[in-house]
Amino acid sequence: MKLPSPRGPLGASLTDLLVHPPQGTEAVDDEVLTRWRSAAAASPDPLTDDDLQLTLWTLYALHYRGFEGVDDAWEWDPDVLRLRRMLEEPFEAALREQVPVPAPAAPEREAVASALFAMTAPGPGPSVARFVSRSADATQAEEFLVHRSLYTLMEADPHTWAVPRLSGVPKAALVEVQADEYGGGRPERMHSALFARTMRGAGLVDEYGYYVDRLPAVTVAALNLMSLFGLHRRWRGAIAGHLAAFEMTSSLPNRLYGDGFRRLGHDAGTTEYFDEHVEADAVHEQIAGRDLAGGLAEQEPELVGDILFGAAACLYLDDLVGQHLLDAWSTGTSSLRSA
Amino acid sequence: MNERPPQPVTIEACPNGPLLVRGDVQLVDGQGDPIERRRRTIALCRCGSSAIAPFCDGSHKAIGFVTSP
Repeated sequence: MKLPSPRGPLGASLTDLLVHPPQGTEAVDDEVLTRWRSAAAASPDPLTDDDLQLTLWTLYALHYRGFEGVDDAWEWDPDVLRLRRMLEEPFEAALREQVPVPAPAAPEREAVASALFAMTAPGPGPSVARFVSRSADATQAEEFLVHRSLYTLMEADPHTWAVPRLSGVPKAALVEVQADEYGGGRPERMHSALFARTMRGAGLVDEYGYYVDRLPAVTVAALNLMSLFGLHRRWRGAIAGHLAAFEMTSSLPNRLYGDGFRRLGHDAGTTEYFDEHVEADAVHEQIAGRDLAGGLAEQEPELVGDILFGAAACLYLDDLVGQHLLDAWSTGTSSLRSA
Repeated sequence: MNERPPQPVTIEACPNGPLLVRGDVQLVDGQGDPIERRRRTIALCRCGSSAIAPFCDGSHKAIGFVTSP
């Protein structure tokens, strides 16, 4: 993957840094650090700030598969980690401020699962799934795939960071879900591989990160949320809650997405990703809600608030992305940034 | 040839939801013909509304299906 085009001073400084090998500790001037800190702190809305979210995505990408021409050693460079922290702080503060705080639940398996199912219950309002099912044209359907591709071409990876942070029931539950996400030992059945096939079927490029320059901040933020929760052990409750909410809002919408792509004339290979998720996520939502989130709550009762917050944050950002798509499409404009 | 020891079957009745089935169990249709099982753990519909029966598709949530404990 190539480094993305910077969208402001934060991204430009990071690109300047990453194109050279790391110089050891304290490679970054104090002046640069000060500039970063003030730019990050000055963001009026970190969740929709293009420069902040794309730069944070770039920093997180160092922990996944990195970039062509960027030294792998940058991943653990202390200055780069300090820079990442400067972006995570306003991101977390914005989440704390904007995400509605869920009602508390008892630290018991069924109480937590039932709170999560209540938060994620299907609503009657407009949704991207209903729009794709009934009204989207071919261009809008492609845009939908491009937005999805940032996460889905690496589907499951951010939640996998949590595996070594868990033990017992919640660990076994997470591995059970992830094993299915990763194809149960069959690479061609990995959900990311099924989605790559969907992209190719729609005439799109299936290479990870290919479309990142076209994606608005809010789509990038939805993935950054998973990386934030997944990469920090202190957020292990939130990543468990995030996965539960993600799975619980998947089966029914995926049936509609499949219907939409069939309506537009796509073949079974192209819609298989959606059809697979109708069945798979009806299993995953039970395991993630009861054994992962509920099981973790019983082991570590003090994490209940974080579990529910992780779920609420997932829903909040998914709604922001959905609103962005529907707003653009209802006015006949593209939901993507211009090429 | 399958040489691993048989896996005990568990069927978990999920409140307001499907039956979650783990372990070595063969699924057959009304004629006794096998129904393909595509994952280790499966969820079987018990609300009657699934479009992919006998598997669950989450429809129980849309229709407000409630089980008694």
